[in-house]
Amino acid sequence: MREPDELRAIRKARAEWEQDTLRAVLDKWPERCEEFVTTSSEPVERLYTPLDVSDLDYGRDLGFPGQYPFTRGVHPSMYRGRLWTMRMFAGFGSVEETNARFKYLLSHGETGLSVAFDFPTLYGYDSDDPLAEGEFGKCGVAVSSLADMEVLFDGIPVDEITTSMTINGPAAVIWAMYIAAGEKRGIPMAKLGGTIQNDILKEYIAQKSWMLPPGPSMRLIVDTFEFGTQHLPRWNTISISGYHIREAGSTAAQELAFTLADGLAYVEAAIERGLDVDRFAPRLSFFFNAHNDLFEEIAKYRAARRIWACEMKERFHARDPRSWWLRFHTQTAGCSLTAQQPENNIVRTTIQALAAVLGGTQSLHTNSMDEALALPSEQAVRVALRTQQIIAHESGVASSADPLAGSYLVEAWTNRLEAEAYEYFRKIESLGGVIPALEQGFFQREIATSAYRYQREIEERRRIVVGVNEHLSAEPLSIPLLKMDPQGERRQRERLARVRSERDNDLLQRRLAALRQAAQGTENLVPHILDAVRAYGTLSEICNVLREVFGEYREPVII
Amino acid sequence: MPEKKIRVLVAKPGLDGHDRGAKVVARALRDAGMEVIYTGLRQTPEMIASAALQEDVDAVGLSILSGAHMTLVPRVIKLLKEQGLEHVAVFLGGIVPDEDAPALRALGVKAIYGPGTTLDEIVRGVREGVAAGE
Repeated sequence: MREPDELRAIRKARAEWEQDTLRAVLDKWPERCEEFVTTSSEPVERLYTPLDVSDLDYGRDLGFPGQYPFTRGVHPSMYRGRLWTMRMFAGFGSVEETNARFKYLLSHGETGLSVAFDFPTLYGYDSDDPLAEGEFGKCGVAVSSLADMEVLFDGIPVDEITTSMTINGPAAVIWAMYIAAGEKRGIPMAKLGGTIQNDILKEYIAQKSWMLPPGPSMRLIVDTFEFGTQHLPRWNTISISGYHIREAGSTAAQELAFTLADGLAYVEAAIERGLDVDRFAPRLSFFFNAHNDLFEEIAKYRAARRIWACEMKERFHARDPRSWWLRFHTQTAGCSLTAQQPENNIVRTTIQALAAVLGGTQSLHTNSMDEALALPSEQAVRVALRTQQIIAHESGVASSADPLAGSYLVEAWTNRLEAEAYEYFRKIESLGGVIPALEQGFFQREIATSAYRYQREIEERRRIVVGVNEHLSAEPLSIPLLKMDPQGERRQRERLARVRSERDNDLLQRRLAALRQAAQGTENLVPHILDAVRAYGTLSEICNVLREVFGEYREPVII
Repeated sequence: MPEKKIRVLVAKPGLDGHDRGAKVVARALRDAGMEVIYTGLRQTPEMIASAALQEDVDAVGLSILSGAHMTLVPRVIKLLKEQGLEHVAVFLGGIVPDEDAPALRALGVKAIYGPGTTLDEIVRGVREGVAAGE
């Protein structure tokens, strides 16, 4: 913290600079825009000085990596100790094709797996469900039973590598399939490491792959916390996400605030169940977007760590320092990538990945250049992976922790984002909490308004998107796009038919009945779901039991 | 005599949950003076055709980013015809590979609005498409 005299001197000098040096230049050469704003439309000052961070206290506000409040990072040695996990989101078509893609990525140096499922799977439907028609494998891999999961991870050492699975509504069922597939290979569940996204609140708000209504969904999530705490010490039972909130069009402040508010709601729900915060909190994880604005994103991640640490310590009285850690995965912003001149997307992804690394992410996915056109081709995904490797080994930014700490801009923006998040927390509280707020459409309205404003800025050319509203090029598309195996769906249907006929159907029916009974009561559902999965119950069959007992969610329609 | 407002149904067919674009377009059409009904997510072709009939719309905008357009769009168009709504102008937005465009246009899709399309272009396109059908 600077002395008042020093600040006064700087303030005086700045005023003189503005009146003399700056004024002379502005009179001759006006600035390029009326207003300079971030990607979130927040104003950007011409210059940041000690005056913008006059209250900053190193010990209180920044501290050291691995120490409360963790602004500078979760681990003491950060990337000098271990690089972030290079974890590329992958999945398309049939399990055979995705298994091959996993092996391709591993052979090219990725260090963690991440599974993208198709829409029917995301909603808890088998590939041959009538609602699945036309949707098989289009946005991710189709998984309808344990048999599929066994093929998906065939030849992959799941006891040595961690797997993240982007699955929410039916997360517990897909998790059970992963666990059971490991069991079949003699790998006990305690040895499995990975993450299930399992964050239903942001589904209602942004990603929209919900299944059950909020109450039963929260119950099921707390069931997974309980089960994970008891049986899978290496597993992150949730990835509390802001990525999708941002992709839906929110600002950085909204992404930060809504994600952390969701996280706090999960902690409250688990504590209400009677779980000890220090038992489950160390396995909560987060997932943020890395959008265009380099400094705003870095500030966002730092603010997130500081806020979470404070809330866990002060509000929930967690005593284990691991409960205060905000560990996160990052994905570069898909929504920022263009169909026009797709090679430009390599550059966008690089800048965004840099933000995530400078912000201290634990794990990173970089999008491929063909993001706006199709699922990634091999060539495109290889370049995306190389982007991370080049940042790691050639740019130098991984050699020192939180290198931008102390920057007047970065610290001012970290403070600003923290303050904005707390304003949103108060607003959400006034609406009755996260679930009442989402039922009233609060988050959805905020996001839709930000999305519309952003689009208007582009339309009016107040915001430039290279290749789209500036620097256009009429050249035709030159990059090859992914082609899926047209036999994939047929193979899947055949496998499903085999599974249904070869399994012990009486055993399955008994297990589904037990699940139904448990669902109607208060028992933990995960063991029952596991039993049904082990008996080769399909995704639809198991989820239908849950849908029958709990009903299905209907969203409030808001534009 | 005041011009009759164009009535547009903006719909999300199938399982696709990406609704940012559909909502932004719905708002833009509304700001341009049209009456917009947004269906929300997870609409079957039957639900869309039924809503188009009930709401007596002049245009239907389908938003599909899931890749399921070659299954869903023909179904919607077929159902619209069966309900006597062949005059309704159908538009498609989302992620649609160029190679699928000719087949979709042949089915009757007036225009396909991919990434980078401006809202102005869509507003104009809907106005022209509806006028052409009258």
